[in-house]
Amino acid sequence: MLGWISLVFAVLFGRLFYLTVIEGTELRRLSENNCIRLQRIDAPRGLIFDRNGKLLVDNRPSYDVAVIPKDAHPLDETLEKLAGHLELPVEELREKSKTKRRPPAYKPVVISEDVDRDTLAVVAAHGFELPGVVVQVKPRRQYLTHQSAAHILGYLGEINARELKSGKFPNLRSGDSIGKFGTEKTFDHFLRGERGGRQVEVNAAGQVVRVLQTVDFKPGYNIYLAMDADLQRRAEMLLEGVAGAVVAMDPNNGRILALASSPTFDQNAFVSGLSRAVWTHLQTHPLRPMQNRAIQGEYPPGSTYKIITALAALEEGVCDETTTTFCPGFLRYGDRTYRCWKRGGHGHVNVRMALERSCDVFFYQMGQKLGVERLAWYAKAAGLGTLSGIDLDHESPGLVPGNIWKQKRFGKPWMGGETLSVAIGQGYNLTTPIQLAGMITAIANGGTRYAPSIVSRIETAQGGRVFTAESRILGTLPVKARNLQIVREGLSLVVQGKRGTARGYRLPEMAYSGKTGTSQVFSHKRGEPRRDDEKPYHLRPHAWFVAFAPNENPRIAVAVVVEHGEHGSGAAAPVAREIIRTYLKTGKTAPGLMAGIPSENNRP
Amino acid sequence: MFDRRLIQYFDWVLLALTAVLLGIGLMTLYSAVLADEIAPQKILFYKQLIWAGGGCGIMIICFVFNYKLLDKYFILIYVTCILLLVLVLIIGKHVGGSQRWLALGPFSIQPSEFIKIGIIVVLARYYSRVMNAGGLTLKELIYPVGLVGLPFLLIVKQPDLGTALLLALIAGTMTLFVKIERRTLLGIIVLGATVVPLVGSFLKEYQKQRILTFLNPDRDPLGAGYHIIQSKIAIGSGMLTGKGYRAGTQNALSFLPEQHTDFIFSVLAEEWGLAGSGILLVLFLVLLMWGLNIAHSCRDPFGTLMAVGITGMLFWEIFINIGMVMGLMPVVGVPLPLISYGGSSTLKVMMAIGLLLNISMRRFQFE
Repeated sequence: MLGWISLVFAVLFGRLFYLTVIEGTELRRLSENNCIRLQRIDAPRGLIFDRNGKLLVDNRPSYDVAVIPKDAHPLDETLEKLAGHLELPVEELREKSKTKRRPPAYKPVVISEDVDRDTLAVVAAHGFELPGVVVQVKPRRQYLTHQSAAHILGYLGEINARELKSGKFPNLRSGDSIGKFGTEKTFDHFLRGERGGRQVEVNAAGQVVRVLQTVDFKPGYNIYLAMDADLQRRAEMLLEGVAGAVVAMDPNNGRILALASSPTFDQNAFVSGLSRAVWTHLQTHPLRPMQNRAIQGEYPPGSTYKIITALAALEEGVCDETTTTFCPGFLRYGDRTYRCWKRGGHGHVNVRMALERSCDVFFYQMGQKLGVERLAWYAKAAGLGTLSGIDLDHESPGLVPGNIWKQKRFGKPWMGGETLSVAIGQGYNLTTPIQLAGMITAIANGGTRYAPSIVSRIETAQGGRVFTAESRILGTLPVKARNLQIVREGLSLVVQGKRGTARGYRLPEMAYSGKTGTSQVFSHKRGEPRRDDEKPYHLRPHAWFVAFAPNENPRIAVAVVVEHGEHGSGAAAPVAREIIRTYLKTGKTAPGLMAGIPSENNRP
Repeated sequence: MFDRRLIQYFDWVLLALTAVLLGIGLMTLYSAVLADEIAPQKILFYKQLIWAGGGCGIMIICFVFNYKLLDKYFILIYVTCILLLVLVLIIGKHVGGSQRWLALGPFSIQPSEFIKIGIIVVLARYYSRVMNAGGLTLKELIYPVGLVGLPFLLIVKQPDLGTALLLALIAGTMTLFVKIERRTLLGIIVLGATVVPLVGSFLKEYQKQRILTFLNPDRDPLGAGYHIIQSKIAIGSGMLTGKGYRAGTQNALSFLPEQHTDFIFSVLAEEWGLAGSGILLVLFLVLLMWGLNIAHSCRDPFGTLMAVGITGMLFWEIFINIGMVMGLMPVVGVPLPLISYGGSSTLKVMMAIGLLLNISMRRFQFE
């Protein structure tokens, strides 16, 4: 054992001798200035394209002027000169050069981010009299769409202390950017890439003399969205000036063709850190532009919910396609009168006609016979009141009310009259546009419920396929094909029928189906029947329209909500029609967008 | 009752050697933690003073009782160690992706350091009973493999591969000291030669990369490789006589990582040159030879084996640490005994020295 120990110590001595004596002079030289340093090379983040390969998000080089305090001797003089070139007050530079964090006397401290080319040229030209001043090139995010699709694409932000501690980002440190919202967040690990770096030898002024070793960075993966950028842009233009949302899906696989939320915001403002004023503006804006209404906005579904009531009634045998009820314009229940939107009544209607004309009394009666629990079961089976599972954050679940829920929430039992409200989509019901888009998608394709997906494929920078989105089936509508067909015929009549509530928004080239909806923000008080357009803005009802087109082999399903748009046929249907028209390119855009026929019939 | 020969036989040389090494450690640490002008970490120096003081207390405790009591209570020691390791995996602190520490108020301890002593005791007890001229048979090896395997896996789980490896090395050293039957040894070698490549073929590519980087830090020029280059520059730039106490330049925090723990030798070599670091190596060599001498002069096999185990432990820690900072060994986080900052490491080494003193001063006792 003694022998082994002696041998090992002889080796250690030998190595020590070699380093200190034979290599000593050279290593002493290298140590003088701490010559061997690491430089990091940031990986460019993956690009984002739309379904047709149109570039939506890329990176541009940005030049940051930085100072390495230890090399910049004398520091004060250097900072003064630099301040002159950058045209910034020297105090600001001094403040920045004092590092907040512990060690890095040899690490560059960024003084001025993203300087313009003229300033850059000045700094570069005076490099010799600015020791320790370095220019760092960094890829910086650039959103090419200018506010379009802001809620889908999202934005980046500096990683915060909590995220660093979470252990989810082992290779990142403070100061790095990560996706904070939208696709940038959900698919951050694909987009991010891997940082590289190199070992360099520098001279006394901190300039690189030679590169010793390099580790190549790995660029992030490129993402192709399912979205059609032109359709998205069209949807946003249609929503301009109003608050609302549009969701367009491919009914055959659940891919999101457009997902617009209005008002929107400019992600480019987030790239180099948001100013307090802009942030405060975004946070306190009464219409909350940061909210993605398409997945976060919760509204009563209004008459679009009658699709659920109709399906439930047919499937449960409460009515069949021939069952007729009489609508005198109201229904008495207990000591209350529940009105139909059409005061004069619809007369004798069956289920198809009830959908076409959106007759409230018919669905009051169906709701009464079904009871709230059976209604709730069908609503949930169609995806209402649950997260759609879209690959974006902050989705709201909505609400499908029932007896148990009400007991928990209010401590009171369910009242029969409330079932009537629920049956026509008012009352406690809350849905998001993405949920209604999912529902109409299932109606359109014959009953299959798909999870909405925003990404169609992911590729490496060289074009190698990393991931291909496959349609994920969440379930099927629990209804017989025959009953679904009856409802579809009713929905077709909404647009194509003589007395359909959306008959003013037909497409001359093609038959399509839809359902209007109006969701009350505030219930009518008895004795003061006021016209909606006389109400103050915030009390006007929201307008809904869900649709799919064409009737045979549908290729697009749409849900539109316009906040305080008064009624579906007036505000939401023309938007949906334009979306369908744009996507299917069946005709030219109508000059007068809102050119519906104004009649007393264009309520829900 | 008190035997005066205990004082007569007391090992003053070992005590003095320990004191000198501890002093060198504190002196170097003082320089290392004050090197960063912007944010000196003097607190670490004071903490280490407390650990060193506590270590002296533990050392005294470890030599006043008769070490043969350990033979009796080995099961208690072993079970305590295992329980602590399990506790670490349940309530241990997460630091930098691993879970190795138990928090005790302002201090924290690393139970995996103490298991090394525990393993030395239980293996010494077992081998002192089964050792014979012919060497250990395969059957006799099953028990110790289990004894070491359990804590080994618990430490791998943390994960702390350096400490786990060290545990295996200590156990291996002791086992080879008591000798393995020739046939069995050959069998083990052949088995190892076939199993290792087999396991290699099952590893995923990134796992292979990790092992290759571990063996050759140059493959990771932005991480371990960079640290080793900086460490080599620090050591070499010390040249013959060094740059002078507290005059090291590589020492600044951003250049030597962990300069107060794993890279303390580089700090010392930069400031004291070949002369200073050479003297440290000589002192370590004397310490190890002294340990072997204690093993040799002890007439009780349990004591001999414990002394061998402790000396083996010190040897591996010194060799791996200094070899690593000079770029001869893979980058493993092993502290340098008596020199590096670190509570658990210091307490464990002082415990080990205390046991050596214990065995040394009772070498006249035998039945």
